[in-house]
Amino acid sequence: MQRIGVFICWCGSNIAATVDVEKVAEVIKSEPGVVFSANYQYMCSENGQQLIKQAIKEHNLTGVVVGACSPRMHEATFRKAAEEAGLNPYMVEIANIREHCSWIHKDMEDATEKAVVLVRTAIAKVKLNAPLTAGESPVVKRALVIGGGIAGIQAALDIAEAGFEVDIVEKNATIGGRMAQIDKTFPTLDCSACILTPKMVDCAQHEKIDILSYSEIEEVKGFVGNFSVKIRRKARYVDETKCTGCKICMEKCPSKKGLNEFNMGLNTRPAIYIPFAQAIPNVAVIDPSQCIKMKTGKCGICQKFCGVGAIDYEQKDSFIERQYGAIVVATGFKPINLDAFNEYGYNDNKDVITSLELERLMNAAGPTNGVLLRPSDGEHPKVITFIQCVGSRDTSGCGKPYCSKICCMYTAKHAMLIREKYPDTEVHVFYIDVRTPGKNYDEFYRRAVEQYGVDYIKGMVGKVYNENGKLMVQGSNLIDNEQITIESDLVVLAAAIEPEPSVRKIATLLTTSIDTNNFLTESHAKLRPVESPTAGVYLAGVCQGPKDIPETVSQASACAAKVIGLLVKDKLKTNPCVASPDEMMCNGCSQCANVCAYGAITYVDKEFRLGGGKTEIRRVASVNPAVCQGCGACTVTCPSGAMDLKGFSSKQIMSEVEAICKK
Amino acid sequence: MKDVELKMLERAKALLENGEVARVIGWKKGEFFFDPSPATFESVEELENGFVYNWFCGANLSKYLIAASKKEGKTAVFLKPCDTYSFNQLVKEHRIKRENIYVIAVECLGKLNIEGIKAKGLSMIESVEVDGKDVIVTTAYGKETLSKPEVVLTKCATCTKTHQVKDEEIILHEVPVRDVDRFAEVAKLEAMTADERFAFWREQLSKCIRCNACRNVCPACSCVKCVFDNPASGISAKANDDEFEEQLFHIIRAFHVAGRCTDCGECSRVCPQNIPLHLLNRKFIKDIDSLYGEYQAGETSEGKTPLTSYTEGDAEPKDVFSGEAK
Repeated sequence: MQRIGVFICWCGSNIAATVDVEKVAEVIKSEPGVVFSANYQYMCSENGQQLIKQAIKEHNLTGVVVGACSPRMHEATFRKAAEEAGLNPYMVEIANIREHCSWIHKDMEDATEKAVVLVRTAIAKVKLNAPLTAGESPVVKRALVIGGGIAGIQAALDIAEAGFEVDIVEKNATIGGRMAQIDKTFPTLDCSACILTPKMVDCAQHEKIDILSYSEIEEVKGFVGNFSVKIRRKARYVDETKCTGCKICMEKCPSKKGLNEFNMGLNTRPAIYIPFAQAIPNVAVIDPSQCIKMKTGKCGICQKFCGVGAIDYEQKDSFIERQYGAIVVATGFKPINLDAFNEYGYNDNKDVITSLELERLMNAAGPTNGVLLRPSDGEHPKVITFIQCVGSRDTSGCGKPYCSKICCMYTAKHAMLIREKYPDTEVHVFYIDVRTPGKNYDEFYRRAVEQYGVDYIKGMVGKVYNENGKLMVQGSNLIDNEQITIESDLVVLAAAIEPEPSVRKIATLLTTSIDTNNFLTESHAKLRPVESPTAGVYLAGVCQGPKDIPETVSQASACAAKVIGLLVKDKLKTNPCVASPDEMMCNGCSQCANVCAYGAITYVDKEFRLGGGKTEIRRVASVNPAVCQGCGACTVTCPSGAMDLKGFSSKQIMSEVEAICKK
Repeated sequence: MKDVELKMLERAKALLENGEVARVIGWKKGEFFFDPSPATFESVEELENGFVYNWFCGANLSKYLIAASKKEGKTAVFLKPCDTYSFNQLVKEHRIKRENIYVIAVECLGKLNIEGIKAKGLSMIESVEVDGKDVIVTTAYGKETLSKPEVVLTKCATCTKTHQVKDEEIILHEVPVRDVDRFAEVAKLEAMTADERFAFWREQLSKCIRCNACRNVCPACSCVKCVFDNPASGISAKANDDEFEEQLFHIIRAFHVAGRCTDCGECSRVCPQNIPLHLLNRKFIKDIDSLYGEYQAGETSEGKTPLTSYTEGDAEPKDVFSGEAK
């Protein structure tokens, strides 16, 4: 005989204001199998848990239903309480009467009725629950960091400092990421390279860090503590172990027309190149689309001049497979494509540039050696107009609905630096709002306006057009309520930022979720901001949402703390809610194995009795419970219904559906 | 056709006699020449007494190989082009042990539907011959010429299939290349309003007598224990309850074979109530083609299938509902 206890939580007024909790508890009393029903202000509190524990002991409960918030919030709390009172923790079910009921309904009568149904549903399920015991799985003490920008570098350094091995997988030929392209950083105006490159060198020299540059993630298997990752090491046509970074190849290479990606295509580079002077690893790479030898078979000059014989035109992509306990995703961002913004004339005028291009034009290692010259004719621009929110906060569909967060600050930085270096230059900034929350940020912006006399114009730009070699910026000045046109020499667009597109593939491989803007979703916006919903996968930097360098570094260190917390454990408790096949019904058809994202299903030949002394050998599925994550994909794929999930059996789910549909 | 039959018989006999195979699966004579049925032959005598291959051998033999491939000794089987897809699919699902089967690919110019011939008002049928697009039927009352496309099996009317697997072949006549749209009927259903479509299927499926012939003949329906025979599945009894749940039987079945159905058309061929069951499966095939790119189940015995594999480029749910996938 089942003896079920029901506990209805008020969640303060969160539930009680919309659901008549006393009525729910009262109505549920008469449900078959229910021997105890109570309601309490905060079931998750010490007293609330005590109430559950006491009832389990006094009424000898075989199952517990808690009508409260989402199981993601407190299922673990109540399971633990039940366990402490001597009940198997998996005999606890949660009826979510907060997120699924009180928070989304206004009418008390309707909400109360629904709460009763939800609790009945949980009762129907708990009646079919069976006690389960969690197993254990070992933890591989090595972390993978995907992306070698400042987020990945910081996370890797922190993890390595704690004594764990870390691999950084970077798709480009060098680590450093976007921060390496930036000239100065706000709000202190210190040189970006000066603070970044020492960290890059630290990574290269750290005995616990292995940098896999020019590499991409190809395949991910396994689960928290036991990921198995296949990494593609793209052919760079240069032997990484031999190249000394002497750059003679770059000097001698006759093909010098490749656009320099590091300088945002503002100048060219040889077909064989090292992206920038402080690149890590300091190893050349050949761009096959530019290399004469690879295109025509004739040339081979770099090979001739290379003193160490590092050039290998025949090199092929290679693959390595490594095991990791935890994964940090730090794939970063790129400025959006501006093709949809014809009004700013970016594609038509050389002197309409993006802010990241301006960074390169102002950088001493950039195409102009740090002298601000406009791209069209190499002249000093005398009037520069900045346009903010290009594609940010844009609900027209051309751009992004979100605020890119960093543009207000870097535009203030650019304006200030230009006024400092070239005081005879006139600087205008069109803005919608200036957003400067952050330590010393507003002070920084005020300096740009008050000390450096940057002309901030509240209003949007309608059009940028070329008239007699001048860029005419036509916009509105909302403060003066007038239309203005500024004759400019250079126009700088604060293009919105978006997640690096490769993150979609990585999210797919990691089975982690992504939002409509391609930002990776954190597990909980407030309380688990660096964890992804996939256990063992953590998020750092702009891949999770727009943020500046200090925030990125903080998040990366937070990730590292989480990773270290995971890797110090020798064993993890596994989820006992795993799939298991009924071998008598299994066809051995492999469909379950095909859909299993974790590789948990294999097949064995087993002998079955057919009756009459005959036997038959059949191929049947076998689930590795340490690998199975209980996602249930196999159970719905199995045509004969042989596969079932412990704790979420088809019968339990059907009985829940019936409880909902019952009048 | 007679020459093909003779050649097949000759090969079957040879294979049994020299011990290469322990049995041959083919078709044997029925009560009339137009009702041959699938059969296993284990001796030359059995072959000589009953083996037949004619215009009415429409049955797909591949499903019989699940049991046969587990027996001792090799089994030879005659497979028409459409049957080879089912064969491959069953090999892929590890139901047939490929190494135990010897596949003889046989010529097929489309099989005739005796019910279709009778529906033309003919009775006392004595013989049927085919000459190009003409079907010459000799009855006790004389000769009648029918148009072949009108009296072939439904599955043959839109067939463009070719042999996907063979250990040897017996093909004596050139098979004309056909260019037909097998989804035309599905498109008609899609063009209906939801209410019209519901009415169509309600009318069709209400004819079902639950004889289970469609399930029993279907090569994809080869579960060790079918959910409709398993009280623990929770759906076996429901599917018997009433007219509405009869419809569910067919819909559940269509879902179970989705992505695995090779469109062999056996379900519609065997339905005694002439329900166009193949249209349910073809709708799935058409949707799979449009959502995941063209896919023909059973074209190979290896590789991934669109419904049980996940790729980055897969259609998003929103594309599925808006119908805007590739």
